[in-house]
Amino acid sequence: MVCEMETDHQIDEMDVEVLSSMWPEDVGGTEPDNQFNVEKPAGDSDTLKEVDIAEKRTMADLKRLPELMNTTDQGSSQLTNLVKQWEYMQDHAVRLLREELKILTKQREEAEAKELKIIEEHNFETEEPENVPVLDESSDLFRRFKEKKSDALVGRKRIEVDEEFDTVAYWKQKALSLEKMLEASTERERRLIEKLNESLKTMESHSAPVEELTQNLKRAEGFLHFILQNAPIVMGHQDKDLRYLFIYNKFPTLREHDILGKTDVEIFHGGGVKESEDFKREVLEKGKASKREITFETDLFGSKTFLIYVEPVYNKAGEKIGINYMGMEVTDQVRKREKMAKLREDNAVRKAMESELTKTIHITEETMRAKQMLATMSHEIRSPLSGVVGMAEILSTTKLDKEQRQLLNVMISSGDLVLQLINDILDLSKVESGVMKLEATKFRPREVVKHVLQTAAASLKKDLTLEGNIADEVPILVVGDVLRIRQILTNLISNAIKFTHQGKVGIKLKVIPEPSFASDNTLNADAQEQNGMAETSVWIRCDVYDTGIGIPENALPCLFKKYMQASADHARKYGGTGLGLAICKQLVELMGGQLTVTSQVNLGSTFTFILPYKVATANDHSDDQEEFSDMVDHQPEPDDTTEGYFQFKPLLGSIYSNGGPVISNNFLPHKVMLNSPVKLINGFVDNTGQSEAVQVENGDYMDEARHETRSGHCPEYENGNGPCPSKESESCSSSQASSEMESELTVSSPREDVKTEPEVRETIKQPNILLVEDNKINIMVAKSMMKQLGYTFDIANNGVEAITAINGSSYDLVLMDVCMPVLDGLKATRLIRAYEESGTWDAAVEAGVDTKKLENKQLHVRSTNRLPIIAMTANTLAESSEECYANGMDSFISKPVTLQKLKECLQKYLH
Amino acid sequence: MDALVAQLQMQYRNYTASLYQQGFLDDQFTELKKLQDDASPDFVAEVLSLFFEDCVKLIGNMARALDQTGTVDFSQVGASVHQLKGSSSSVGAKRVKGLCVTFKEYCEANNYEGCVRCLQQIDIEYKALKTKLQDMFNLEKQIVQAGGKVPQVDN
Repeated sequence: MVCEMETDHQIDEMDVEVLSSMWPEDVGGTEPDNQFNVEKPAGDSDTLKEVDIAEKRTMADLKRLPELMNTTDQGSSQLTNLVKQWEYMQDHAVRLLREELKILTKQREEAEAKELKIIEEHNFETEEPENVPVLDESSDLFRRFKEKKSDALVGRKRIEVDEEFDTVAYWKQKALSLEKMLEASTERERRLIEKLNESLKTMESHSAPVEELTQNLKRAEGFLHFILQNAPIVMGHQDKDLRYLFIYNKFPTLREHDILGKTDVEIFHGGGVKESEDFKREVLEKGKASKREITFETDLFGSKTFLIYVEPVYNKAGEKIGINYMGMEVTDQVRKREKMAKLREDNAVRKAMESELTKTIHITEETMRAKQMLATMSHEIRSPLSGVVGMAEILSTTKLDKEQRQLLNVMISSGDLVLQLINDILDLSKVESGVMKLEATKFRPREVVKHVLQTAAASLKKDLTLEGNIADEVPILVVGDVLRIRQILTNLISNAIKFTHQGKVGIKLKVIPEPSFASDNTLNADAQEQNGMAETSVWIRCDVYDTGIGIPENALPCLFKKYMQASADHARKYGGTGLGLAICKQLVELMGGQLTVTSQVNLGSTFTFILPYKVATANDHSDDQEEFSDMVDHQPEPDDTTEGYFQFKPLLGSIYSNGGPVISNNFLPHKVMLNSPVKLINGFVDNTGQSEAVQVENGDYMDEARHETRSGHCPEYENGNGPCPSKESESCSSSQASSEMESELTVSSPREDVKTEPEVRETIKQPNILLVEDNKINIMVAKSMMKQLGYTFDIANNGVEAITAINGSSYDLVLMDVCMPVLDGLKATRLIRAYEESGTWDAAVEAGVDTKKLENKQLHVRSTNRLPIIAMTANTLAESSEECYANGMDSFISKPVTLQKLKECLQKYLH
Repeated sequence: MDALVAQLQMQYRNYTASLYQQGFLDDQFTELKKLQDDASPDFVAEVLSLFFEDCVKLIGNMARALDQTGTVDFSQVGASVHQLKGSSSSVGAKRVKGLCVTFKEYCEANNYEGCVRCLQQIDIEYKALKTKLQDMFNLEKQIVQAGGKVPQVDN
């Protein structure tokens, strides 16, 4: 509909052409293709196109449009208007003529009056001599005047004759000239009247004012064209089948026969066409004019948005016969509007982001403050705690009995743990809040490694080989933050030792090319430049490896997270704060390096950190000798500076090997050793001489175990008797307890006193206990424990059985498993509590517990006492203690149930 | 005679301790051992044979549940895993228990691959434990036959 090929030239052309094509009547004469055909031989194709475009601006179905004009109100009103206007103008012309006639008549009357006057005067003079009676003359004046006029020729002759008379002649002459004038005037009057009549006649004969109407129509057309000439508007009329009868288009691209008689859908294809068609139809159906914006996406003119106005057209009988349609291209406007909307939206989004950012900044600030606070608090706690631990340590050197010492040991180790935790938190918050500053000092990597290993070996309580291996190319002297590096190494080594029971733990240093992650780490380079060191930098890779228990793959991702350990099990067994690796990682990253880990379960782990160092120049070496040797607490021996391999065996071995080959007992912490009865040790000592032989003999099953470790070092298996050396406090106390037991074992049965206790109680009262548990093995174990404690009990396999049992007899205590089939412990407890409150099992019945089994409810209504129910939980999230309490349980025992736990619990609830 | 007993005792200690150290057993096993007395001299063996029976049954259940063509009923697998977890926890079969914990997580996450892997590992673990414990019981018998007393071994 719209063509974009608009040029000035075209507009000129149009000016000429369009006037005649505005309304269909005018086009009537020319065939649609006429112009085209005529021009074809003459102009080039370009001109043809332009002409064509100009010509095709309006297209109309000439047969049907006039009919339309006649049948619709809109069509006829135009003509009526024109006719009215013409009539009005004719009326006006008639009025004007009448007025003219009136004026002429008036003039004539005046002229007659004047003539009469002159005649009177004349008569007066002439009649005196002739003696004409005055009365006659005056009465018959008009008649006589007429008579005179009729024979004017005679009179004129007479005038000429009478010239020679003196005064009389003069008057006569005057009268004659006046008469002539009168005659001329009369003649003129007559002619005017004639003309008027004629004009009136012609006017009446003008019955068909075609000429004038045509003029008017042309004017109207011109006016409309003047306005519409450059408007980007398409107008049209479509019949009730939505076929085009008429279309006006400023930039037509289709020929008449392409459009007329067709519908939109037939003409165009693409997006929006169907919509516009539906819209038109809707208007036609509803009979209500309306506007809509439709975006077309057609092959013909691309993507354009039109504002379309459609109104229904009625014929004179009030029937719908089609629609008038007007479209204006608003693509640019829509685009602008959308752009505006988008801008506004973007603006809103940006504002939202800004506020979000402000919030984040606020939160970050809060977090930083909180961290700072934590650091401060940790520091504040550390000082007094150090005092407590220190005093406790002093106290431990004084004379104490066994139980006191045991308590004190727990106290010290707990205190140490808290101190360690606080130190870790302090470090971490320092790194995180950016407070931690790195120092650049010269140090010898070999010495650092050696020292770290030495220190670790000094406190080593297991038979582990500690080794250090430094590649030759590693510089003797480098620059870095030696304190932090030592901290990382110590941390990793102590971790490795903690989780390794046999084999070795070691540190390996070697120089590597600059890793890829460092190349874009410009910050790091800047930091190094600030140090003012112009030396070349070197990347050193440090592996801390062990042959320990390894880390399962699924635990690797959270290994470096704060307060996380590979598993809860490890946390329980090995202790620790779970902060060490997080700190190591943060420190390494702070120094521009990277900390990674590889591990294989049961084979060991390797922690690797890569750090950049500056190589100190040789001449600095001698100057700073004292400084760094101070730092690493090292006795400068010439050998040490270049030595690349160290190995340390546990110091304990040498301490206790005074007594000969007692190596097998190294693994017991010395505290246990001291407390253990001599008898027991002697037993071992007697056999130690044969330990090697034993080793060989048992090779068959030892081999199985050996796959755990990489080293085939035999004596490791001798440490079988050693307690787990990690969680010092607990393992020490437990091993103490067990060694006590062992010592008693040699003298008498350790359970004798345990047994006597319940026996005594049995005589007083045998309590009724109900164990609700679905696992056979658990039942068996519990049964055995109960037996040892001197109790008997009934068993229910699930919550329903428990309720039935409680209904059937009275119990003093219920041990209730939480997770059971049919009815779990929590629900069962709730129902039991409901029964205690209401005295009926209604709640249980509602919950679906078999009612038949609860028939004899009156028989065993419990006394006022609340039945103690102890939960047995597996300590999982789903079985939290809170939930137990919330469901009406009195206490809980975490699984697996131990004799000790059971004993404590029973003692508490059975009096 | 005394030397032989002592040697066997030594061997027994080392072996048992290695079981603890390698994570086959934990404190609960010690607990179990303590429950064995003259009144029930084969208590540990009884409990363990029950446990291994349980293992066979439950692992069979799990394998069947996981072998279903179509949708696997993870809650059914999970129920068996829970049972096994309870049993292994009670006897102190540490590795089996640890695997059960992981297994249960996979079940909850409906992770079929993980479940199958865990099942295989559990199968291997409990069999390994069984052999090792049989060795241990054999040693115990030898000690008793040699007229010695089975020493108490702690973790």
